[in-house]
Amino acid sequence: MTVSPTAIVGPAGDFHAAALRRDAWLERLGLAGLAAPALLLVIVAMLLPIGWLFGLSFRDDSGALSLEHYRRMLAEPSYGRTFRTTFEISLATTAICILLGYPLAYFLSQLPRRAANLCMIAVLLPFWTSLLVRTYAWLVLLQRRGLINNWGIELGLWSEPLQLVHNAGGTLIGMVHIMLPFLVLPLYGTMRAIDGNLLRAAASLGSTPVHGFWTVFFPLSLPGLAAGASLVFVLCLGFYVTPAMLGGGKVTMVSNRIANDIELFFNWGAASALGVVLLVITLVVLVLAAKLSRGAGLFGAGH
Amino acid sequence: MRRSGDQERPQPATVAAAGSTTALPIAVRQLSKAYGAVPVLDAIDLDVRPGEFLTLLGPSGSGKTTLLMAIAGFLRPDKGSIRFGEREVVRLAPHKREIGMVFQNYALFPHMDVARNVGFPLRLRRVPVAEIARRVEAALELVQLGGFGGRRIDQLSGGQRQRVALARAIVFEPRIILMDEPLSALDKQLRERMQIELRQLHERLGTTTVYVTHDQREALTMSDRIAILDRGRIARVDTPRAIYDEPGSRFVAEFIGESSFLDVDVSGGVARAGGATIRARQLPVSHGRCTMALRPERMRLLDAGEGEDLNCFDARVTGVIYQGDTLLLQTVLGDGSPVALRLATGGAAARAPAIGAAVRIGIPVEDTVLLADEPGARP
Repeated sequence: MTVSPTAIVGPAGDFHAAALRRDAWLERLGLAGLAAPALLLVIVAMLLPIGWLFGLSFRDDSGALSLEHYRRMLAEPSYGRTFRTTFEISLATTAICILLGYPLAYFLSQLPRRAANLCMIAVLLPFWTSLLVRTYAWLVLLQRRGLINNWGIELGLWSEPLQLVHNAGGTLIGMVHIMLPFLVLPLYGTMRAIDGNLLRAAASLGSTPVHGFWTVFFPLSLPGLAAGASLVFVLCLGFYVTPAMLGGGKVTMVSNRIANDIELFFNWGAASALGVVLLVITLVVLVLAAKLSRGAGLFGAGH
Repeated sequence: MRRSGDQERPQPATVAAAGSTTALPIAVRQLSKAYGAVPVLDAIDLDVRPGEFLTLLGPSGSGKTTLLMAIAGFLRPDKGSIRFGEREVVRLAPHKREIGMVFQNYALFPHMDVARNVGFPLRLRRVPVAEIARRVEAALELVQLGGFGGRRIDQLSGGQRQRVALARAIVFEPRIILMDEPLSALDKQLRERMQIELRQLHERLGTTTVYVTHDQREALTMSDRIAILDRGRIARVDTPRAIYDEPGSRFVAEFIGESSFLDVDVSGGVARAGGATIRARQLPVSHGRCTMALRPERMRLLDAGEGEDLNCFDARVTGVIYQGDTLLLQTVLGDGSPVALRLATGGAAARAPAIGAAVRIGIPVEDTVLLADEPGARP
């Protein structure tokens, strides 16, 4: 068989190589163009303010470079207390969320998909109302003359109004309620992805349902748990509204302290330094969590 | 149960010792399951002999996997009895049934390495650590994965995962092994090699095995007997050869192998189809209509004067398809019925008739299969 020379060389001589390269470059450029607005927003609304805060935190009241704000943070024990409170409340919230959320996510993951979707709406419902409204609702329920105290006294469960709010307990109730979906969502996704045949295989090999859960299901759900828990913990670290309203001034988290520094003392430098420290701690937590869940992924899900 | 061709090979201790003396029979009686008004298992009666390799074969929705899951205990039937030997197990939880199960997607635990996967049933049975290590390695040897114990599951190919799943299912010496389309995710060549390997392994272990597949060739290759399921009922249980040569019903003939079908008129003990008189070993009906099944590879393209022991038809060629190992010749008879022929390609292909040519085709009387089904009784 003979092939005509033009078919071998092609019309452009180089088989359109240059033109195809240009097409590929234009396509990449187009995609980058789509990302440009978001990129711009991130730069203007996030990177610039953070950089500005960062700069502020290293200047004293006269505007000269100094480590004064950081030095004060180390010297004054009240700052240490604030950070400890922040971590305690965040850890407690995360722990309670895990205790409540893991069984909930497990239950949802075992339901047929339609039923699970319906139940998931119930879990997500709180997201559709404002954070402020939800926090006020808890205030209404928990305060001295609130619904829960009234009912408790009427039913004779207790005689004096209980201190349910304006303390750490009230703060925890509100925060857990708001944070729970952040734990359940990633956990549910991970659990859904666990192949039901794995548990069947475990059973056929002689594993009781409880043993199968602990040796197969639970280890495979860990990456989702790590993702959800670190999300909740990080969100808790910077939480402001709920501790401010339900804590009644007795629960001072870092974000409350930042607000005080600005609103009461007009000390932007001190507030910025707090913000920087909180940001650094948050990043460290995220990196650790990522390392942890990657480690779990190594022995775990494998996808 | 042992066939010839069993390779001589040092028998790894303990695993292979589970020999056929302890193989259990399975007896299924009146097993029924319905989803709403739709029966998926319709009063199934099935006996699996001790040490037998029995394949459940059927189209999707025929209930074959449902039946397997009921035997394994993962599906609660509405009624019926399942016995392993003398023991009634229909209400027994799956983890108490002592069954080795191999799943379609292998179901290996991704967070454990190969050795921990295979050792899983042994750890559960509190076997001493040293013995676990020994038996795991023996089981891996048996599936030709010796030394793979430290591998992670995601480092294995599909065929290797399949072998690990197999090793895990046999390592605790279950007396019954169930397999749910274990080879369907593998490519064709590997699948055919694994079919032979699985069959050889079965011959060595002699464990009663129930195997589910929708691949008729796989069923023919591997099974001692095949149970063909059709819409929740067992249509036929027999050896591969008996089912292929004497399908007995149009459904079975259609499902196993290829067939062309002709309407047959029988009157006064004489059968006629496609404009010819049909001779057969026996007529399913003495008067009325029945169906003739013609296997393409049993059909012959005849030269003039040939046709002594054959049922012969005049046909016209409508298609010639070269498929490498065989040549598929599509023809129609005088009454318009299509009949396919599968011819060897050596030489025959060279003198394959052209499309539109008039040919004479025939099938040996001994290969002529007449089925009692009314023509067109099933779409």
